[in-house]
Amino acid sequence: MTAMTQNAEARPVLELVDITKRFPGVVALNKVSFDVRPGEVHALLGENGAGKSTLMKVLAGKHRPNGGKIILEDEERVFDTPKEAKRSGIVLIHQEQSLVPEMSVAENIFLGSTPRKWGNRVDWKRLHADSTEILERLKCDFSSRDLVSSLSIAKKQMVEIARALVFTPKIVVFDEPTASLTDHEKPVLYDVIRNLQAQGVGIVYISHRMDEIFQLSQRISVLRDGEYTGTVNTAETDEESVTQMMIGRSLELDHASKPSEFGGPMLEVRGLTVKGVCSDVSFTVRKGEIVGMYGLVGAGRSEVAETIFGLRHYTAGEIRLDGQVVDFRSTHDAVTSGIALVPEDRKDQGLVLGMNCRDNMTLAGLSTVSSFGFMKSRDERAVYDRYQQAMKIKSPSWRQRVGNLSGGNQQKIVIGKWLHTHPRLLILDEPTRGIDVGSKAEIHALIKELARSGYAVLVISSEMPEVLGVSNRIIAMYDGRVTAEFDADNVGEDQLVQAITGMTGSTPQAAGAVV
Amino acid sequence: MASAEDVKQGFMLSKNQRAGLLSFLSAQGILVFFLISMLAFSLFSEQFLSQSNIMTVVRQASIIGIIAVGVTVVIIGGNLDLSVGSMLSFSTVLVVDLHDKIGPTNAILVMFAMTLLIGAVNGFLIGFMRLNSLIVTLAMLSAIQGLVLIYSGGQNVDIANQGDTWFAFFGRDYVAGIAVPVLLFGLLAVIVQVVMSFTGYGRRIFAIGGNPVAAVYSGIRKNWCVFSTYLISAFCVACAALVLGSRVMGSQNNVGQGYELLVLAGIILGGTSLLGGAGSIWKTVIGVLILGFIQNGLLLMGYPYYAQWLVTWVIIILAVWLDLAYKRKHLFTTHS
Repeated sequence: MTAMTQNAEARPVLELVDITKRFPGVVALNKVSFDVRPGEVHALLGENGAGKSTLMKVLAGKHRPNGGKIILEDEERVFDTPKEAKRSGIVLIHQEQSLVPEMSVAENIFLGSTPRKWGNRVDWKRLHADSTEILERLKCDFSSRDLVSSLSIAKKQMVEIARALVFTPKIVVFDEPTASLTDHEKPVLYDVIRNLQAQGVGIVYISHRMDEIFQLSQRISVLRDGEYTGTVNTAETDEESVTQMMIGRSLELDHASKPSEFGGPMLEVRGLTVKGVCSDVSFTVRKGEIVGMYGLVGAGRSEVAETIFGLRHYTAGEIRLDGQVVDFRSTHDAVTSGIALVPEDRKDQGLVLGMNCRDNMTLAGLSTVSSFGFMKSRDERAVYDRYQQAMKIKSPSWRQRVGNLSGGNQQKIVIGKWLHTHPRLLILDEPTRGIDVGSKAEIHALIKELARSGYAVLVISSEMPEVLGVSNRIIAMYDGRVTAEFDADNVGEDQLVQAITGMTGSTPQAAGAVV
Repeated sequence: MASAEDVKQGFMLSKNQRAGLLSFLSAQGILVFFLISMLAFSLFSEQFLSQSNIMTVVRQASIIGIIAVGVTVVIIGGNLDLSVGSMLSFSTVLVVDLHDKIGPTNAILVMFAMTLLIGAVNGFLIGFMRLNSLIVTLAMLSAIQGLVLIYSGGQNVDIANQGDTWFAFFGRDYVAGIAVPVLLFGLLAVIVQVVMSFTGYGRRIFAIGGNPVAAVYSGIRKNWCVFSTYLISAFCVACAALVLGSRVMGSQNNVGQGYELLVLAGIILGGTSLLGGAGSIWKTVIGVLILGFIQNGLLLMGYPYYAQWLVTWVIIILAVWLDLAYKRKHLFTTHS
């Protein structure tokens, strides 16, 4: 068996040849070729909208290609349904989890293929025995009888992977597997991937995170705008040249300088307390300044932003906007007072996915593009065109449903929506989550530009390079409190990590804030 | 070689065209069904396509239509209104009863005020208290029915001097050869359609129905908007009560019973999604008319009244299924 795998090393287990996929109005994939060898991790890279997901959906039988061949183990195959692809050994681990939370781990693993005994009754014994065996192979520390809803996100992901192992897979596709994992949980996933690799499974690994890709993969293939730009051996390349392949030019790595001239305070938060969410939070954002709010998920950062935006009511403290005390009863009040919030979850909170690009763009500022209540469609178009050009939003037309755009472009629509309201204070909650490097750099440059033109900007992020790269000052939060405040240009990474994990060693400023 | 390629291409083209025609038909499914049934009815009954019959059907459909215009707005905003049937009973009994007591003008004013008040209660509970609209309006459906019986003491009401009141205008008169109920229906439909498609208010309602969370995060006052949709719905019910009371010149306590389902049927037949965020008044107008013609056709063919119910809902389920089949097909060819 080992000899065979060794032998097959040169022969790919899977080949995609000249795959073309057209959607009405767009060529999503244009003659893309891609192959996977047994026992290798092949990273697939590309900006949002480059066609990675489409290619994987073609592979998994969700989309029928308009041209090209899928060759699995030297045999040309056509997959009409995802089930067929799965039966043939191709498994996709999704970005969005597709588990039934109210069922046990075992039931989820064998969902749709539950072992039966006579009378078509569920064979519980075998179900749990088989599940336990798979979980052991994955070195999971939870039981097959646990409810999925009681598991952490990382463990849920393990269940997804376990589900894939039911059909002895030949190819496993990981689509952004670490997007929702913490740094502690990632190594477990890496182990699982290496384990699968050792068993001769071919792995396709899609991620925006370069460090992961260089750590795990043997080869890297790059897509750009639906075109195949090439495959390289990971050992023979570096981040810069891969990035260049991805975006077609060398990335001007965010060398736009940070704003340096600040006006008076725009937002002053003093002793803000929301029951069960945050307590005694104080900070200031000046005009023209970018303040980064750094902390782990659950530290209360988004909740502080929501309170400022009128979505939560505070029990103590005060919020001043441009010197005036405000206590918004609704988001409408906040918006009319000049606050904008680009929310954390663009699909649930930021966009009406069924509406077109233009309508989403003007949604927060309808009164500015209407007179006597009637929409002025020419003005609306002008607004859309302006931000579409300014932010290079890639969309076939303003009529395009926002749900059909890629993540980066969706995020730009949300930002455009808020720029159009001409806010005094712009709050961005995780502005670049799940967005490719190209769009990320563009959004960072945009944030700096906005601050330079006088906006007060609060950026909430759990990515250290982002807060360090973008902000003037950094506020660290832990467990609903501000633990420290730093000058972004004079702070060590270890100081930041200590501040957000609740370890002491805080600065004098922080000591003042925590009292 | 070339010819084989040509043949293949020719085959593929015709296949594409076939798919196109099929998807077009299923997209227009309800209209196609409508035309076929119209044809069938006209074969069975020569009266069916006569001008007078058509006018009668449209006039009869206009009461359901007027209510459906308002309910469509509620549904686009992502909620339901099942209380309209009882509200219609209440408003009709009220306006007819008060007609002789305080005169037509005052009766109409009081009736509109009371109907809007009920709408405001719905709107308050659903918009501001954020209760589930299905439960609230279902509760209101029977609560208002109780209110009607308390008000009337179980007696039917009617207008004493039927020949001598301008109140007859709303249900019985014609303007420029068109029945007033039909005019009212048309007018309301046009106004509300314009509001929904061309104003910021309409855009906000669509946004709330499409994604209520994102709407709130965009600074839209969701509670007020939802509240207002129930006022619109109540206003439409009041208009319908005007027409109904005026036409009958009297009212039974349960005159509006079952209207909520007929209204819903018309809206669903038209193709407005019950999930909210999509739909139009035009669709509802078409749906209501289809419903009217089908019921009329069945009547002319000699089916009893109660058989219409069975057939109507079979048709509705057919329509929803066709709609879904069309969308499913799309699921395989669009981005997701």
